Amino acid sequence: MNYVIIGNSAAAIGTISGIREIDSTGKITVISDEKYHTYSRPLISYWLEGKVSDKNIYYRPADFYEKNGVETILGKKAVKIEKDKKCVVLEDGISVPYDKLMVATGSKPFVPPMNGLEKTNYHTFMSYDSVKTIRSELREGMKVLIIGAGLIGLKAAEALHAYNAKITVVDMADRILPSILDERAAMKMQKYIESKGVKFILKTSAEEFTEHKAKLKNGEDVDFDMLIVAVGVRPNTELIADAGGKVERGVITDMTQKTSLDDIYSAGDCTVSYDASSDTEKILALLPNAYMQGEVAGRNMAGREFYYVNAIPMNAIGFFGKHIISAGSYDGEEYIAETENTYKKLVFRDNRLVGYILMGDVERAGIYTSMIKERIDLGEVDVEMLKSKPQMMMFGKARREEKLGGIIK
Amino acid sequence: MKKVYVNEDWCLACHLCEFYCAAANSGKSLINAFKYSDKKPVPRIRVEEGSEVNFAVQCRHCDAKPCVKGCIAGALSVVDGVVVCDENKCVGCYTCVLSCPYGCVVIDEEGHRIQKCDLCTKNHNGEPACVQGCPNKAIVFEER
Repeated sequence: MNYVIIGNSAAAIGTISGIREIDSTGKITVISDEKYHTYSRPLISYWLEGKVSDKNIYYRPADFYEKNGVETILGKKAVKIEKDKKCVVLEDGISVPYDKLMVATGSKPFVPPMNGLEKTNYHTFMSYDSVKTIRSELREGMKVLIIGAGLIGLKAAEALHAYNAKITVVDMADRILPSILDERAAMKMQKYIESKGVKFILKTSAEEFTEHKAKLKNGEDVDFDMLIVAVGVRPNTELIADAGGKVERGVITDMTQKTSLDDIYSAGDCTVSYDASSDTEKILALLPNAYMQGEVAGRNMAGREFYYVNAIPMNAIGFFGKHIISAGSYDGEEYIAETENTYKKLVFRDNRLVGYILMGDVERAGIYTSMIKERIDLGEVDVEMLKSKPQMMMFGKARREEKLGGIIK
Repeated sequence: MKKVYVNEDWCLACHLCEFYCAAANSGKSLINAFKYSDKKPVPRIRVEEGSEVNFAVQCRHCDAKPCVKGCIAGALSVVDGVVVCDENKCVGCYTCVLSCPYGCVVIDEEGHRIQKCDLCTKNHNGEPACVQGCPNKAIVFEER
């Protein structure tokens, strides 16, 4: 069997792992327009901050491809899938034939049209190359303007803070981190980040840019030496769409991760997932999701049937030492407990835990995550224990024995 | 594969397993680790106490391995069936804390990165220290 994978991040590595569980000899070729050995995209902010070395940004050991019998074509973009000829065409015209193809093309930074943006030397914050460029232009104490108070924008802010940058973050939304936090938690986190010296200007956007100045719609002017646009991302769906595959907001796949095209699979940030916590289809641009989708796809590509189920939105992230873990849906009956430095929200619906936010104290959060994924009925747990902290004690003896491996007979 | 299992009917909630675990992984003696250290080492096994039963929980080295699959840094891996963490690679994002259904990935004493049970394969203890230290044989290391 001849496998070709377009992409070289988490979904691609998951695919290799899935294939090799079943097929130890088939040929695997990885194609990526980035020239690097597989690296961890979420680590770029840590690299910029100086917390991760050049060596540790890599997602797998140096001998990973060799050990897994993978050939690589790096630094070349795949520009077309010729599905009738079953080959991928590269930017230099070379055709790479496949029996089974994985499209794990991820996403690209979304840069909305903004007046005068072309007059600036703006950066996005998405790839190793983007942070290398930022690093080369960065000087101590620079004034930095970040457009976007989401996960990427604030990780960029944290990294740049290490260079004593004077940081202003502007966002149209009325709160920071709207994808993972509710209003209350967002306000607490905003205050915390502000206490580190980062300035936020919310509920407004840039009216016009000149080379080193943004004129905001609320009338304020913000001077900057460096501009970072981190408004959001868009899935790279062109290859599948151009080949006639089904694409909505992202690539549509079935539960085996196969696209609507024969022998072509897709996984990761370029795909639409089924969110089991809200019963809706959405893009779950999360590294664990990408890896696990890739793994399921790889097994199917190698001929064994597996399904990807129980995906939910979930996120673990920290800013300036304060951590947030969140998962699931926030639509339901709420239980909230907070202290000066912590926040906990549990969301219940249909007699189940469907979502949560933990900030400050995140220990053992995965027990809550498992409650959501396994759709455990509240009738099976001690709800007061559940509310007080995540613990195995809240499960009844039978389920606990099943989970922990049974008692000694 | 041999794993650590707990009999919750026999656990006295004495917490000795936690002390032995933390000391073994700190490389210090029990006394030095807990009496003469600025920061007490954090155990990778935890005793949960209830009104009727008590039990210790640590990494199940489970088949699903959501911690390894979700690790953003490639710091968690499987070596001969044992889930191990490369502390030099861990960036402390806590995606594994989010993912572990047993709540068995713990945050280290500095609060910067994670640590977890590796069945004492990375320290010099030989057999899991929690099993050796349990006075009531409520924790065993065996094949099931």
